Amino acid sequence: MSNALAVTSASFEAEVEKSTIPVLVDFWAEWCMPCRVIGPHLDELAKTYAGKIKVVKVNVDNEPNLAGRFDIISIPTLIVFKNGQLARQKVGGLPKHEIENLFKDLI
Amino acid sequence: MAIVQDFIIIGGGAAGLAAAQYAARANLSALVIEEMAHGGQALLIDKLENYPGILTEVDGYSWSEAMHRQAESFGAAFMASSVLSIVKQGEVFLVETSDGPLQARTVLLATGAKHRHAGIPGEETFAGRGVSYCATCDGPFFKGKPIVVVGGGDAACDEAMFLAKLASRVTMVHRKDRFRAQKALAARVLGNPAISVRWTSTIDEISGDKAVRQVKLRNLESGAVETLETAAVFVFVGSEPQTAALPAGVDCDESGYVVTNQRMETSLPGLFAAGDIRTTPFRQVITAVADGAVAAHCAAQYIDELQGKAYH
Ligand SMILES: Cc1cc2nc3c(=O)[nH]c(=O)nc-3n(C[C@H](O)[C@H](O)[C@H](O)COP(=O)(O)OP(=O)(O)OC[C@H]3O[C@@H](n4cnc5c(N)ncnc54)[C@H](O)[C@@H]3O)c2cc1C
Repeated sequence: MSNALAVTSASFEAEVEKSTIPVLVDFWAEWCMPCRVIGPHLDELAKTYAGKIKVVKVNVDNEPNLAGRFDIISIPTLIVFKNGQLARQKVGGLPKHEIENLFKDLI
Repeated sequence: MAIVQDFIIIGGGAAGLAAAQYAARANLSALVIEEMAHGGQALLIDKLENYPGILTEVDGYSWSEAMHRQAESFGAAFMASSVLSIVKQGEVFLVETSDGPLQARTVLLATGAKHRHAGIPGEETFAGRGVSYCATCDGPFFKGKPIVVVGGGDAACDEAMFLAKLASRVTMVHRKDRFRAQKALAARVLGNPAISVRWTSTIDEISGDKAVRQVKLRNLESGAVETLETAAVFVFVGSEPQTAALPAGVDCDESGYVVTNQRMETSLPGLFAAGDIRTTPFRQVITAVADGAVAAHCAAQYIDELQGKAYH
């Protein structure tokens, strides 16, 4: 899993929906191997695109309400929000450059 | 760009990591290029229990970590990137990556295989919404709910055993009248009271609303069709070689796997292939690892020949 900020139901609005820059949300869980696999990719992208995109994570075990709200039953699921709106959604482990392609044209 | 590596290994799964270790110990400059994470498919193995010499239960993740560290300790180099193409120019290979071009005298293609889709109507529509290809990734979402597993090979049986610990019931659907899986594994599935098997059956359709709700089962012998309520469909119907970077014209079999000789040489001199990507009767961790060792050994010999230093 990544070192990104963990977002909860309580902080989702402030951190994601009201963010002034696009936000990449990583829905993950402790037991999910591909989630661990993309963690380092997300950390590197967060560094490369600091100030342009915010990377956060949602633990689906701790936040069933958020997972339910976005109908997540497969992880990792990556969702890009722009101006509070869901702009992109992708399921499964991806190489770094494909994660990058999810948001590059939105920043 | 000026540096020409002896041996570029594409893919850091079991085959690639073993090759890296053997190449480094043979004094080759070896670079592993991996786009996801070291370990490849082995990362998904819940319990690796058929690897000789490992008696204590080990999960694929720890095993992959150890292999990575072992190769690194012998001097292999690692790079996180995707290989886009391989072109041979004269006696040098040009390896194009998402982070720029590299050069090598020899290249090992160890890009492995990925799960195949079954082509069931509804499968694409419900992918990520109840249709899954990874039990350890998505199984926990269906705790206490009914699950359908499609397939009858090692992966299907392995994953059905894992899912049986979580689901209210597991129904396996297999088009043949017996499993293709290894006998010990098949016997465990048949003895598991939480798993029932529909032999000589296929799924005509996966349907639901926001998520999967049911499948239409067809018995291939009687033609009888029935609807089964389910929360998820896990598909394990074999694998597909990852050959996107393969140079055009390299010999492949009719399923797209790369043909090699017993030295792991492909039809393009200097290009080797190892592991699940290769035409081989058995795709396991131990066979991938063995392929990697042979490929590294023969790549070293090939380079000696090129440099006129061969030991005759
Ligand atoms: C769920 C599951 C359970 C299994 N259980 C067992 C078991 O118990 N025992 C056993 O012996 N075997 C088991 N297997 C089979 C075994 O895991 C494989 O046969 C073996 O790991 C294959 O290794 P490989 O190195 O050939 O390929 P892979 O492991 O597929 O590795 C290929 C690597 O190449 C990378 N790659 C692909 N394309 C590119 C590119 N263009 N650029 C850069 N990198 C790239 C991929 O990201 C991947 O990491 C299991 C497989 C699965 C899926």
